[in-house]
Amino acid sequence: MANLQEKIAAKFPQATFEEADILQVNIPDAQLHDLAKTLRDDEDFAFDYLVTIVGMDWTDSLGCVYYLTSTRHSHHISIKTSTTDRDNPMLHSLADLWRIAVFYEREVYDFFGIIFIGNPDMRRLFLSIDWKGYPLRKDYDMNPELNPVSIENERQSDFTYTYVETPDGKVEKKEVPIFKEDDFVVNIGPQHPATHGVLRFRTALDAETIKKIDVYMGYIHRGVEKLCENLTYPQTLHFMDRLDYFSAHNYHHGLCLCIEKAAGIEAPRRAQVIRVMMDELSRIASHCLFIGTFCMDLGATTMLFYTLRVREQILDIMEKTCGARMTFNYDCIGGVMADLDPDFVKDVKALLAVLPDNIKEYNKVFTGNIIARNRMEGVGVLTREDAISYAVTGPSGRASNWACDVRKTDPYSIYPELDFEEVTRTEGDSMARFKVRIAEMEQSAKILEQLIDNIPEGDYCAKVPKVLKLPVGHWFQLVEGCRGAFGVYIESDGSTQPYRLKIAPPCLPLACVVDHITSGNKIADLITIGGSLDYIVPDMDR
Amino acid sequence: MPYEAFKDNEYIEKLVSELRASGTNVLVGTLDKLINWGRSNSLWPLTFATSCCGIEFVSLGAARFDMARFGWEVARASPRQADFMMVAGTIVNRMVPVFRRLYDQLAEPKYVIACGGCAISGGPFRKSYHVAKGIEDIVPVDVYVPGCPPRPEAMIYGIMQLSRKVKVERFFGGVNRQEDQKKFLAEHPVPGVDD
Ligand code: SF4
Repeated sequence: MANLQEKIAAKFPQATFEEADILQVNIPDAQLHDLAKTLRDDEDFAFDYLVTIVGMDWTDSLGCVYYLTSTRHSHHISIKTSTTDRDNPMLHSLADLWRIAVFYEREVYDFFGIIFIGNPDMRRLFLSIDWKGYPLRKDYDMNPELNPVSIENERQSDFTYTYVETPDGKVEKKEVPIFKEDDFVVNIGPQHPATHGVLRFRTALDAETIKKIDVYMGYIHRGVEKLCENLTYPQTLHFMDRLDYFSAHNYHHGLCLCIEKAAGIEAPRRAQVIRVMMDELSRIASHCLFIGTFCMDLGATTMLFYTLRVREQILDIMEKTCGARMTFNYDCIGGVMADLDPDFVKDVKALLAVLPDNIKEYNKVFTGNIIARNRMEGVGVLTREDAISYAVTGPSGRASNWACDVRKTDPYSIYPELDFEEVTRTEGDSMARFKVRIAEMEQSAKILEQLIDNIPEGDYCAKVPKVLKLPVGHWFQLVEGCRGAFGVYIESDGSTQPYRLKIAPPCLPLACVVDHITSGNKIADLITIGGSLDYIVPDMDR
Repeated sequence: MPYEAFKDNEYIEKLVSELRASGTNVLVGTLDKLINWGRSNSLWPLTFATSCCGIEFVSLGAARFDMARFGWEVARASPRQADFMMVAGTIVNRMVPVFRRLYDQLAEPKYVIACGGCAISGGPFRKSYHVAKGIEDIVPVDVYVPGCPPRPEAMIYGIMQLSRKVKVERFFGGVNRQEDQKKFLAEHPVPGVDD
């Protein structure tokens, strides 16, 4: 890390450094783009993966924290930049360096009103164009009369804006049409069974071929990040169940790890093992549901019944221990809420005994099927470079041969001790995404097999102060959800409530990449591609 | 749930006595019974799931809870072919106009079940800036199923409650629920549309 710091300091004398859990570079906005470009392109840095952009309101200034990772050297860095102008805040865009930045910056604009100079699409991402105020600012007026719930259709525009800098330093606002004059635009969603939730695609077509998709989100934007700012740390946890409800345990795990890292708490070994087992059980259940719904989208309804059989078995295991079929709220700060059910070991063994046969059956019924192969092979190819640039992680990223499994790249909890393989494939098409998930179920079963007879005795939760305060500072934690890398950023001002809690969900990039991979494909393939990406809409909208 | 409790249904009894009070013609009454018998045993839901609760609704459709036993399995993707709407999930500001439009597109007679804390009151997100605090201000609701998410068994009970309601209703004339609905719609008009 010191090495990185020296090299950056040599090239950018204005930069100052902060040592947090990850090295942080503070840079004025004027040098931001140069620094980011150097970090991306220089062989020694090679920061090719933009993990997230955290918008921030420090009351005296507004700004962003960029989290970068190098897939080659697997080192991390964060860049912080800010502006003191609250009325008309502007920063330079990094949209030309990472393609996902277009969307991340739109999100920051939506929540904080920071305009990014050079971003080709400066619209709000989740809220309507008539929304008053920027909700994540500290001085946001929550009065519901300003932004009432209305049954009137919201105003929509076919134009977007871009801000360009003229050579003499002025910033001009330009209006850009989203679609071309003679584009034939079909609206798909938000109420459409194949969008897997309330997502909307405005699709420009040339006969049956897709030219462009404008992804329209926010139909389930619930404002979780703002809600968290008024809750104590243990209270924030329960929202994690309701983002990606299939990765409830994994997300809980992530937020718990982040808070524990900040508070200096270590979960007892028994709790760590339980957490990992729950994570892997969730992964199997989640992939089961993926296979079921994906096949159903392609017309093979029967598969849903086969796969839900296994899922129900897992839900029974979880219900016995956690007390619920969904929204478990099981991981807590310092460990887990309750001890394992006496039947747990027996039930998991029963599951492991039937799982291989079930997977064989899925393959027999569907994977080799000629119709399925025709519809999936070679459809929606995503290259490795694009996957990284769009930050498409999880099984979808690994199907494009990007080894992005957080359990391997930045191991947490007891994962370093476990023997399992990271499944990757090279094709990058829908079939690869499907097969990666099937193979991951086998790997999860392998992890469970290693742990089931070795659950250590002891406490299931560490001693945690009743009123938990975190020291002043900020922390970032990544874990592997069922659909990709899930990040949590906490900034604390020393009180019992987070000053800012940012959730970096894996599903947002998955939806953002839809436009890129579908263009040139047929409209019927949109269903296959969307299904194979397996995004969860409440997760991307938060 | 003990079987007696399941049959103990004050609410429906009250509804029945209200309806009986006005008296009815024998012929129309018999026809009513026949039609309602058919309607109440083939309620078709609209696939409408915005978030977590919707996943439990999927489980309801699968083999274990098997809603096909009750004739509800024909989940329709188009509101024009559905009888009732199971509102499973949070309804946020942006979704409200879409949701209202879906309701308006349902063919009469139509029913709504508010399923889960979010649909009833906003649930865990009630304090958010972008969440509708319950759907009862947007559409008339027939049955509330509490839970976060409600278990599939609770959903089954909720839909059964609806089918009982359908059974005792008057399809032809007399006091029936459709009038409440008309009143509600008159009080909550969609701007720019008059029926
Ligand atoms: S009631 Fe609970 S489970 Fe249902 S949508 Fe709301 S948060 Fe999700």
